[in-house]
Amino acid sequence: MTVPERTRPKRVVVVGHGMVGHRFAEALLARDTAGAWDITVLSEEPRPAYDRVALSSVFDGADEASLRLPALDAARVALRLGVRAESVDRAARVVRTSDGEHIGYDELVLATGSYPFVPPVPGHDAPGCFVYRTLDDLAAIRSSCLPPGAGVVIGGGLLGLEAANALRLLGLDPHVVEMAPHLMAVQVDAGGGALLGRLVTDLGVTVHCGTGTARVLTDPASGQASGVELADGTVISACVVVFATGVRPRDQLARDMGVAIGARGGVVVNEACRSVSDEHVWAVGEVACADGIVYGLVAPGYAMAETVADRLAGGAAVFAGADLSAKLKLLGVDVASFGDAHGRTPGALCVTLNDPVRRAYGKLVVSDDAATLLGGILVGDAGRYPMLRALVGSPLPADPSALLAPEGAAADGGTGLAGLPDSAQVCSCNAVTKGDLLTAITSGAATDVAGLKACTRAGTGCGSCVPALKQLLGVAGVAQSTAICEHLRASRAELYEIIGGAGIRTFTELITRYGRGRGCDICKPAVASILASLHTGDHILDGERGALQDTNDRHLANMQRNGTYSVVPRIPGGEITPAKLMVIARVAEDFGLYTKITGGQRIDLLGARLEQLPLIWKRLTDAGFESGHAYGKALRTVKSCVGSAWCRYGVQDSVGLAIELELRYRGLRSPHKLKGGVSGCARECAEARSKDFGVIATENGWNLYVGGNGGFRPRHAELLVADVPTGELITIIDRFLMFYIRTADRLQRTAAWIEAMDGGLEHLRDVIVADRLGICADLDAAMARHVADYRDEWKAVLADPRRLARFASFVNAPTAPDPAISFTVERGQKVPDRPLLPLEVL
Amino acid sequence: MSTQTIVRHETVVLVPRSALVPEQGAAVLLPSGGSAALFLLHDGSVHAVGNLDPFYGAPVICHGIVGDRSGAPTVASPLGKQVFCLRTGACLDDGKVSLPVFPVAADGDVIHLSIPVHEAETAALTS
Repeated sequence: MTVPERTRPKRVVVVGHGMVGHRFAEALLARDTAGAWDITVLSEEPRPAYDRVALSSVFDGADEASLRLPALDAARVALRLGVRAESVDRAARVVRTSDGEHIGYDELVLATGSYPFVPPVPGHDAPGCFVYRTLDDLAAIRSSCLPPGAGVVIGGGLLGLEAANALRLLGLDPHVVEMAPHLMAVQVDAGGGALLGRLVTDLGVTVHCGTGTARVLTDPASGQASGVELADGTVISACVVVFATGVRPRDQLARDMGVAIGARGGVVVNEACRSVSDEHVWAVGEVACADGIVYGLVAPGYAMAETVADRLAGGAAVFAGADLSAKLKLLGVDVASFGDAHGRTPGALCVTLNDPVRRAYGKLVVSDDAATLLGGILVGDAGRYPMLRALVGSPLPADPSALLAPEGAAADGGTGLAGLPDSAQVCSCNAVTKGDLLTAITSGAATDVAGLKACTRAGTGCGSCVPALKQLLGVAGVAQSTAICEHLRASRAELYEIIGGAGIRTFTELITRYGRGRGCDICKPAVASILASLHTGDHILDGERGALQDTNDRHLANMQRNGTYSVVPRIPGGEITPAKLMVIARVAEDFGLYTKITGGQRIDLLGARLEQLPLIWKRLTDAGFESGHAYGKALRTVKSCVGSAWCRYGVQDSVGLAIELELRYRGLRSPHKLKGGVSGCARECAEARSKDFGVIATENGWNLYVGGNGGFRPRHAELLVADVPTGELITIIDRFLMFYIRTADRLQRTAAWIEAMDGGLEHLRDVIVADRLGICADLDAAMARHVADYRDEWKAVLADPRRLARFASFVNAPTAPDPAISFTVERGQKVPDRPLLPLEVL
Repeated sequence: MSTQTIVRHETVVLVPRSALVPEQGAAVLLPSGGSAALFLLHDGSVHAVGNLDPFYGAPVICHGIVGDRSGAPTVASPLGKQVFCLRTGACLDDGKVSLPVFPVAADGDVIHLSIPVHEAETAALTS
């Protein structure tokens, strides 16, 4: 019988909290359910791990928090921020840290990553020269550049193009200098590189290939970098110079420890990612040299992290080398390379398709008998990447040229996901196979893309396989029915087209012609919303329409838990005069209403009985108030800060714009509620980025962010357009809202709508900014109709006795207060008396 | 469990049919101070159930959306959206709960709503 070796938890120290070190800690936590390990993570950077791959998005509106990786369980991991490992005593198994502490370990995992390599050209260390690696690097670049002007990136690889994008987002004209004859020489060939060069040139990037950098020019007075001189004599004036000329393993600590180091750097490890010199030392990610290779991508790093975690948990996982396939979006251009992209296999044949009209380049590398796919390159359109990548090593299912043909043009000759073997990897970031995904689907563990992400992690890395996940759900036959309910077998977007196309004006007509039964609480409000959007001149309570409205719309007020209602007058932009405040106060006092300031910068009056609503609104409309549509799936408010009129920091009139937007979109019915915000400067006091549409003032105009929300799953809005003038801004918001109203599902907020859209934000931009579908004139006209036909709903009710009739408390006693409703007092105001619930009695 | 009550339909409330809008319920004040929810459906039939939402204890069933589930006429609570059968009062989303059903009869333009004497005590408890 064996006795457990020891009972105290073993200690593992992770040096480095980048993406790979983070992944290791996550992976060990997941496997170590018994709590056998004490984990300490040393992070030289003063912040927890973040998504370095998405670094340039910081200049595209993302903030630090949105890049942050999911936090490690603080109860199980000691994360030491701003603490560096200075030295390691391997004999004593102790790490000495920069703050002088000695931390003992049983196992040591090196995840120190790499450092940027800067070529020793003259002037490379002048102020104004930067590298592109960390959030601090980006902050330094931002604080040093003064647009307009040029910025130079030395290096035309993946990192260089990312850096060029960052400079472009900062408002500079980027120049890229690349020694090789074309861009991204590691990933793509000359043909793909040439097209890539053309595409990025069109985006405003000046490309200088086939030439080196002779020296960095400096301002004689300040010593500051002022540009570069290239080997061919070209001089580029620039305010910043960014070196993106590759990385080297950050292995000094390992060298000092005396473990074996590879010829080109990196800790030499075996197939378990364990140092060949010390069985208690492991290395993962860009600091590891596995089988002579130092990998510079995140996916192999993750695979190494999982391998070590498995080993420490008692497993026997092996890191057997990694595939360097990648699909990237650089400056909005798709670039993918997979397998033996450069045709280095002896006898390999290449088939290329260079389509200058579609601006797409594709190359497939096949075995000498043209039977097996070995690899390939795609530039301009990488839609087929997931499928082609998964086919590497498999027999070709169709002629290579058919595999490169534009999607849709070729018949699906077994090339789709359905034709792939179960062993084919669909998500390369997390090594998830088609078989893994099908198991998750058929076992019922996942019924949609979100479910697949949660249970397999597929699609949570670069996200390029998400379309493939959708297709797989379809292949497995669990594609969700788009029918809205049992009465109407159509999605909301289809209903919108049917109702608009067939000129339908009533629910009865719709259900008689296109559905069955008498509807329900799902389809009726959806149809009511569509009818309101299409027939902007009609009142939502007239005729049969009144019976379709959901709880709150039915009486133009929000029903509360005790059957009373809340009243919310519109206060556009949150701006209100003292006189109007007094009106609200008097109405609240006279009707005994509870008052509260809402999150949307207005005032909620609660506790009104049904029969009181017209009396209350008479008083409010007489004083100039209008319905605030707090009850509707409609525009709620456009929140604002005080802006340039008062604020010392404001650069634009945020209140003025918020009022203009709120008045423009008031009464606009939509698939779900809509909220807007306008901030007068980048400090963002209006919290505009938590809104469906958020506007933030810049020195030159406005930045528009879309798809934000608070609520159950908070999400920041993303930048749609930058620095636009007011007129253009409003046109784009018009189109955004109208396109949403037409195509979203019922109760789908804008965030979920954009997430579910094929092509996401890029596609949205294509449709409503570039007008790729040619529907913008239509969207503009629809919004113009809404603006022209807007009438205050409450004023229209008060003017019509038939509409007023629905506000009777009882059909046999129209003005009698309901005896079942009672109140109590809390903190000086009335609140619902909590009834004894019949269910609790039972 | 349910309360054992001998139900005698004695009180009758009269409501003019013309006061009802198809598929939009109306609250009827009962002599006890409670209320019933009265519905005129698309096919001309009339149904009455208790107005008190058993999940919230609020008198709101009359404001629910009328429709059908697999052909049976229904009303959905405007608060929690639980669906009730208008014929039986049964909650179709929770087998333990139901609304009381009140017999109705039409006499020309007048609808007769019969209510049990003890409706105030049993309105929400009958199951």
